[in-house]
Amino acid sequence: MRYSGFRVLKEALTGHKGWRPAWRDAAPRPAYDIVIIGGGGHGLATAHYLAREFGQSRIAVLEKGWIGGGNVGRNTTIIRSNYLLDGNEPFYEFSLKLWEGLEQVLNYNAMVSQRGILNLIHSDGQRDAFTRRGNAMILNGADADMLSLAEIKKRYPFLNTADARFPIKGGLAQHRGGTVRHDAVAWGYARSADSRGVDIIQNCKVTGFRIENGVCKGVETTRGYIAATKVGCAVAGHSSRLMSLANMRLPIESHVLQAFVSEGLKPVLPGVITFGAGHFYCSQSDKGGLVFGGDIDGYNSYAQRGNLPVVEDVCEGAMAIFPMLGRARLLRMWGGIMDMSMDGSPIIDRTHIDGLYFNGGWCYGGFKATPASGFAFAHLLATDSPHPTASAYRFDRFRKGRMIDEKGMGNQPNLH
Amino acid sequence: MIIDHPLLGPRDSSEFTYMGDAALIDRPDPEAEDAAQAFYEYAYLRDNPAGWHRELWFHEAGDRSWLVVTRNTLTHEISKVELARDVARSRGRSR
Amino acid sequence: MSVGSRTQKNRLSGGQIDRDTALTFTFDGKRYCGHGGDTLASALLANGVRLMGRSFKYHRPRGPLSAGSEEPNALVQLRSGARQEPNTRATTAELFDGLQARSQNRLGSLSCDLLAVNDRLSTFLTAGFYYKTFMWPKAFWERVYEPVIRRAAGLGSLSLSEDPDVYDKGFLHCDLLVIGAGPAGLMAALTAARSGANVILADEDFRMGGRLNAETLTIDDSPGADWAAATVAELAAMPNVRLMPRTTVIGAFDHGIYGAVERVSDHLTVPHPDKPRQILWRIYTQRTVLAAGAIERPIAFPNNDRPGIMTASALRTYANRYGVAVDRRAVVFTNNDDGHRTATDLHAKGITVTVVDVRPETPRALDYEVLAGAQVTDTMGRLGLTFAKLRLADGSDRIIECGALGVSGGWNPNLHLTCHHRGRPQWNARLAAFVPDIRPDSRPDSRPGGLPEGMFVAGAANGDFSTAAALEGGARAAWAALDLGGARPEIPQAEDRPVNLLPFWHVKGPGRAWLDQQNDVTVKDVTLSHQEGFTSVEHLKRYTTLGMATDQGKTANLGGLAIMAELAGKSIPEVGTTMFRPPYTPVAIGALGGRHRGQQFHPKRLTPSHAWAEEQGAVFVEVGNWLRAQWFPRVGETTWRDSVDREVLATRGSVGVCDVTTLGKVDVQGADAAEFLNRIYCNGFAKLPVGRTRYGLMLREDGIALDDGTAARLAEDHFVVTTTTANALPVYRHMEFVRQCLLPDMDVQLISTTEAWAQFAVAGPKARRVLEKIVDQDISNAAFPFMACANVTVCGGLRARLFRISFSGELAYEIAVPTAYGDALIRRIMEAGAEFAITPYGTEALGVMRIEKGHAAGNELNGTTTALTLGMERMVSTKKDSIGAVLSRREGLNDPDGLRQVGIRPLDPSAHLPAGAHLMARTGPVDAAHDQGYVTSACYSPTLGHHIALAFLKNGTNRLGETLRLVSPLTGVDLAVEVCSPHFVDPEGDRLRA
Repeated sequence: MRYSGFRVLKEALTGHKGWRPAWRDAAPRPAYDIVIIGGGGHGLATAHYLAREFGQSRIAVLEKGWIGGGNVGRNTTIIRSNYLLDGNEPFYEFSLKLWEGLEQVLNYNAMVSQRGILNLIHSDGQRDAFTRRGNAMILNGADADMLSLAEIKKRYPFLNTADARFPIKGGLAQHRGGTVRHDAVAWGYARSADSRGVDIIQNCKVTGFRIENGVCKGVETTRGYIAATKVGCAVAGHSSRLMSLANMRLPIESHVLQAFVSEGLKPVLPGVITFGAGHFYCSQSDKGGLVFGGDIDGYNSYAQRGNLPVVEDVCEGAMAIFPMLGRARLLRMWGGIMDMSMDGSPIIDRTHIDGLYFNGGWCYGGFKATPASGFAFAHLLATDSPHPTASAYRFDRFRKGRMIDEKGMGNQPNLH
Repeated sequence: MIIDHPLLGPRDSSEFTYMGDAALIDRPDPEAEDAAQAFYEYAYLRDNPAGWHRELWFHEAGDRSWLVVTRNTLTHEISKVELARDVARSRGRSR
Repeated sequence: MSVGSRTQKNRLSGGQIDRDTALTFTFDGKRYCGHGGDTLASALLANGVRLMGRSFKYHRPRGPLSAGSEEPNALVQLRSGARQEPNTRATTAELFDGLQARSQNRLGSLSCDLLAVNDRLSTFLTAGFYYKTFMWPKAFWERVYEPVIRRAAGLGSLSLSEDPDVYDKGFLHCDLLVIGAGPAGLMAALTAARSGANVILADEDFRMGGRLNAETLTIDDSPGADWAAATVAELAAMPNVRLMPRTTVIGAFDHGIYGAVERVSDHLTVPHPDKPRQILWRIYTQRTVLAAGAIERPIAFPNNDRPGIMTASALRTYANRYGVAVDRRAVVFTNNDDGHRTATDLHAKGITVTVVDVRPETPRALDYEVLAGAQVTDTMGRLGLTFAKLRLADGSDRIIECGALGVSGGWNPNLHLTCHHRGRPQWNARLAAFVPDIRPDSRPDSRPGGLPEGMFVAGAANGDFSTAAALEGGARAAWAALDLGGARPEIPQAEDRPVNLLPFWHVKGPGRAWLDQQNDVTVKDVTLSHQEGFTSVEHLKRYTTLGMATDQGKTANLGGLAIMAELAGKSIPEVGTTMFRPPYTPVAIGALGGRHRGQQFHPKRLTPSHAWAEEQGAVFVEVGNWLRAQWFPRVGETTWRDSVDREVLATRGSVGVCDVTTLGKVDVQGADAAEFLNRIYCNGFAKLPVGRTRYGLMLREDGIALDDGTAARLAEDHFVVTTTTANALPVYRHMEFVRQCLLPDMDVQLISTTEAWAQFAVAGPKARRVLEKIVDQDISNAAFPFMACANVTVCGGLRARLFRISFSGELAYEIAVPTAYGDALIRRIMEAGAEFAITPYGTEALGVMRIEKGHAAGNELNGTTTALTLGMERMVSTKKDSIGAVLSRREGLNDPDGLRQVGIRPLDPSAHLPAGAHLMARTGPVDAAHDQGYVTSACYSPTLGHHIALAFLKNGTNRLGETLRLVSPLTGVDLAVEVCSPHFVDPEGDRLRA
C-alpha cells in the first residue's frame, strides 16, 4: 500500500478502514539465503538494501523483542557527517546522502530535517582541530562552514557569551546535518523490506549458531532452528553477548549512554548545537521537546540506565551555555547500551567463520550511520567484498595497527 | 554508585576514574615468541560479560589507589572490592 | 464571611485552607482571589473557572483532570519576565499573593483558540498520519510542512532570558528514607523514628498527610487529617527525623542513592535572597519505604475531556481539602465502590450528585441517586461541561445537567520508583492494576528486575487501598526495613473497606474517547495502531504518542493497554507495560545544574604568578581549568601580534620569563625509581646520572605517543618527571597503573606535585646573568651545563629546584620554589632581570618559540601519532621492555609512506599559514584521495620574519625541499609552500648549550 497525502484523505473519509499492517508479523521458515540477527535500524536497513539494491531474496530479520526497540528507538536523533579521518568521513557522507533521499525511497516520512549542526569552539587548539576537520569534510565532498561568534549569536541569541567560563570563539557548522524521527526510520525500513518479501520475525531470540567445520550453517532460536547460507549480526549493544555464542571475543565493551528530553516547549533551538567545553548537545524535536545528552557514564553496563552524576554533568553543560533553560523541565531520562569499540569506530566485516558476518561497534554514533551501515552490510553480505566507503571497518585493523581513532584516546573505549 | 574502598570505606563512585577489565593487569611477556599476538589480544579483545565483571577503578580524587571492583554489569551490584596491587601480586606480577 | 470570598462562588465551607489569608492572583490577566493552602487550580475552580488550558494537538478546551502532579491538562505559564515558567501544573502550583499565570498553547484567547481548527480536522490527523504524507514535493517537508508543524507544536514558552534564581545541591544520609507522607508513609516514619533510626520523610505536597487531607475518614475516632497533623507534629519534634515537604523523590539510582528535588521557594513571590529556588538532594540510604500512594484512573467515553470532567477523587479532594465545589451539580461515573465515597462526600457538602455505576449491583444510597448498570455515553458543553448523556440499564438514554463529572475507573498503585532498576510490575486481577513485584527471587542475574535493593513498598503504592491496610503496611515496612525487634508497633484503628471493582475501561460507541488527554490520543488511535500492526506496547506508545506527554501517561497508559489487550485478544499483562524512567515528575534543568553555571561552571586554577600577571595587564587564556597569561600588552601595542612578536624577540635577544607551573610534575622516589622510569618511557633512563635531566617520550600500551617531558634525577633514588599541562592527570594515573597493577613489587613511590611547586622558565642569552643573582650557587656553564638539574637554594636560603632545560631553544632554566613563594620569586626575577630588560612572556610567545624550534606539543601529540611520526623512532629502545614498545612495531604504525613531522614555509613570505590546512601535491586533484598531510601548528615567526608551520606529511622526512600546495577550503586558503626541517631556529642547538 502506497502512502500519500491523497491516501490519508481517502482513508479519513472512509473511516480509516483500509489501512493495513505496516509489516507482516511473519513466522520463521526453515531456511533462508540470508538471516539478519537484529531488528534494529541497521538490521532492517540491511534487509531493505539487500532486497532493493542487491536483488537478494529469501531474507529474514530476527528480532528478540519488538523491532526498533534498541538504540534506533532511544537516541538523540542526530544525523551528520562531520568526521575527520579518511576511514570514516566518506562513509558518513554516504550515509548523509542516503538520508537526504530516504523518504522517497521508503515512501515513509521519517522527517529528515536538515536543520544544521554546530560544534562550538572555545580555544585556539580546538579551532585548529576543527579547521582540519572542516577541511577534511570538504575534501571528502561534504559541507562545512566555519562560523564567527557574531554569526552564531544570530542563530542562538540566548547563548551565554557574557559570563562564560569558557568563552565561545566560533563554531564549525554542517548545515546539511540535522535530525530524523528515529522510530520512523525503523518502521520505514521494516515496511519497505517487508513489501519486498523480507520476513520480519519478532520475539525470536537467537540462542546459538550452528557451526560445522568452520562454516556457519544457521542459527538456533527460541522459535526453532533456522538454516541460512549467510548470517549477518547487527545487534550493537549486545554484540559481545551474541558473538560469544560463536566463541568470538570482540574489541568492544558495552557502556551506558544516557539521553534526556524536556517537556514540550515552543520552538527555541533552530538546529543541533554541541558545547565544546563540557558534555552537552541539544536539539529540539518537531513536537517541541528539547532532546539532549552528553558523555557516557563511563563504566561497562548492560543495565540500560545510568546514574545522577552524568545527569548533573549534562545539565551543568546546558546551564553553562543556555542559562535560559533553568526553568525548562527535564521530562524523561533513559540509558542505552553502546557497543564501545577500541578505537571509537565501527566494524563491518566477515568473521573467521565462513558465512558469519558482523556489523557492530557503533559506539554512540550508530543512528546517523543507519542507511550507510545497512547499505554497506548488504553489499558485504551480497558480494563478499566490503563497500568502498566501509573498507576500513575491518576486524584486523587492531592487529595491524590501522586504528580509526577520531578522538585519539587509544584502546580505552570509555574515552571515545 | 558507591564503592566500598578496602582502606577508606564507602566512597561515591564519582571520586573514581574507570579504566575497564581487570584483565589489563595480566600484561603479556614482551619477550615471548607470540608477544605480538598476545599484546594485540591483551590490548584489544574483551570478554565484556553481561553479569559479573572484574574491573579497574582509580581513586583519583582520593588516595590514588587502583582498585579491582567486582560488579554486575546487569544490576550494577558490587560484590567485592580489592586493592589492585594485591590482585596483581596474587596473579604473579612482581617487578 | 472570610476575606475575598465574595468572588469565590464555588467555595464551600471546611477544608484545609486559611480563610483569613486572602491571596490575589491573575490568570490570563484577570484578577482573582484565593486563600493560603490553595493551589492555583483549586483557587480558579473556587472562582468558577474550569477552563485552564488547551490540548497539544487538537487544542481542545481543558480543565484539570486531577488534583495532583499527574495532571495532564491544566498546564499554565507561571510568573512573568525572566522567571516565566512554562508547563506548570495548576494542580500543584501553590498559591501565593501576586501569582501571575497565563494559559498556553493557544492562538488567540483561551476561550477562542484559532488552532482549535485542528479539532475539526481530527479525522485526518489520526495517529501517525504524518509518517504517511508530507513527502511530495521532496523539498516541501523542510520548507513548508515542517515549519508549520513546528510553529504549532510545543506547549509553553521559555522566557529566553537567563534564569535569575539560584539552585543548590546537597547530600543527605539516613537509615530510612520514607517516600510519601500519607497514612502508610507517616506510619512508617513514626515506627522508624520511635526506634531511634535517622529518618527522612519526603513528600511532594506542601502539606503532609497525603489522601488523609482529602478524605473524611477517621483514624482512632479523630478526622484523618487531624491524625496526620498530629503525627507530623510528633515527627517534627524528634531530632532524628527530617521532614521534607515540597520534595519530590525523582529517581532511585544505584546503591541506595535517591535523587530528590526540594522546591524551597516556589511558593514565594521571589526566593529569599539567601535561599535557592530549589535544591537537588542526593539522599544516601540503605533502606527505603515507598509509600507513594495511588493514582485514580479515568474511564474513556466519548467527549470525556471537557473542563469539569475529572477523576472522582479529584472532585473529592477539591471539596474536602480545598472547600471547593467544581460545580453544584455533579455526576460520578464509576466501576467501583470508591466512586460512591466521592458521591457521599459531595452530597455531605450540599452538592447534588448522581452516581452512574457500570456494575449491575451497587452499594445503595439513601441520599442521592444511584444508576446501576449505567454508563456515560457522551457529554456536552463547548468550553465546559453542561450536560452528560447516560445510557441506563434498560437501554434508554437520559440527559442530565451537570457541571462536574467525576470518573473512577479504579486506582493504580504509584509504582514508578519500584521500576527504576528495570523491575517489571505484576498484574493484580482483584485490583485490575499493576502492583510492585516484591517477590524476593525477582532479581536473577539473567533478567535484572525487581525492586531497587533495600526498597519496601507500603500502602496504596503496594495495592493496599484501605486506610487500615496502609497504616499496617507502613508500620510493617519500617519494621522489616530496619529489622526492628521487640514489640510490634500499635496500629491505629481505621476503615478497612474492600475495593469491589468491575474492570471497565471504555464506553463503546461513536465519538472520540480520550485516553491521553494532553497528547490527544483517543481509543480510535489505539484501534488504528492495532490495525496497522503497532501492537507491541512500545510500538503503541511510539506510534500514537500515548503516555509521552508531560505526565508520562500516569493516568492514561493502563487504559491504552487495556484497549490494546482487548483488540489483540490478550490479557493486559500479556500486552505488557512500558518502562517507568526517572524523573518521577519533570525537574527544572536549573536544579540539575545547580551552581555550576557562568563563571562557576568549572573551577578556576590560577598560577602562582596570577596576581602579578594581572598587575602587568596580562591577557589570560583558559588552558583546561587553568588560566594562564596569554600575552602581556604594552602601551602602544594595537594587536596581540605586536605583543607576542615583542615577547619572542626580547626573549631571544636578551631574556624572558614565563610561568610554567601548569606543566604536570610527578615526584618519583625509591630504590627502583630509575628502573620504573625505564619501563614508563620508551627511551632509557637507567643510566641517567644524578644531577642530569633527560627528555623522555611515553607511549601508551598501543604504541601511540602518550606524552613527552623531562625527567630530572635529583638523587640516586629521586626523579622529578614533568608532563604537558593537558596530560598531567592522565600521565599520573597511567604511572600509578603501571606501578600498582603491573610492577607491584617495585620499590617506588609517586606523588603528583603539580600544585606544590611554582615553576618559571627563564630563557634567553641573558638568562644565566639573571639567575646568578637569585640562585645561591655557581650556575656557570661548566658547573651547571645544559640538562643539569639540582636541589638548590635561592634568595639566600629558600629551597628550590633548578633545571637547565629549554622549550624555547634558548639558554634557559626552569626554576621551582614551593608554591607559596611563587609570587615573591617572579617579582625577584623581574627585579634581577631589570638591567637586561627582562620580558614576561605568555603562552602565545611560548608557542611561537617552540614551533620555531620544532618541538612537538598538544597539536602534535594528538593521540594518533607515534614516535616515528614525530621523528623520534630511534628513541624507542629495543633493548628493554617499556610500555607500548611491542604494539608500536605493528605494520600500520610503521608504514614507510606514513605521516612524518616536517616544517613548512610559504613560498610567498607574506603569506599566512593556517593550522588545520591540508597538504596536496603541487599539481593534481585537490580531494581527500590525494591528501598528503596536514598542518598541525602554525605561527608568524618574528625571528624569521615570515609564517612557519609544523606539519605531518606522508613520507615527509624524504621530501624536504619539495613544493606542495597548502589548501584550507574551509577558510579559503590555497597557496604554495616548501617542505623544510621542522627546526627553524638554531637547528644545531648552540644557543641552548651556550
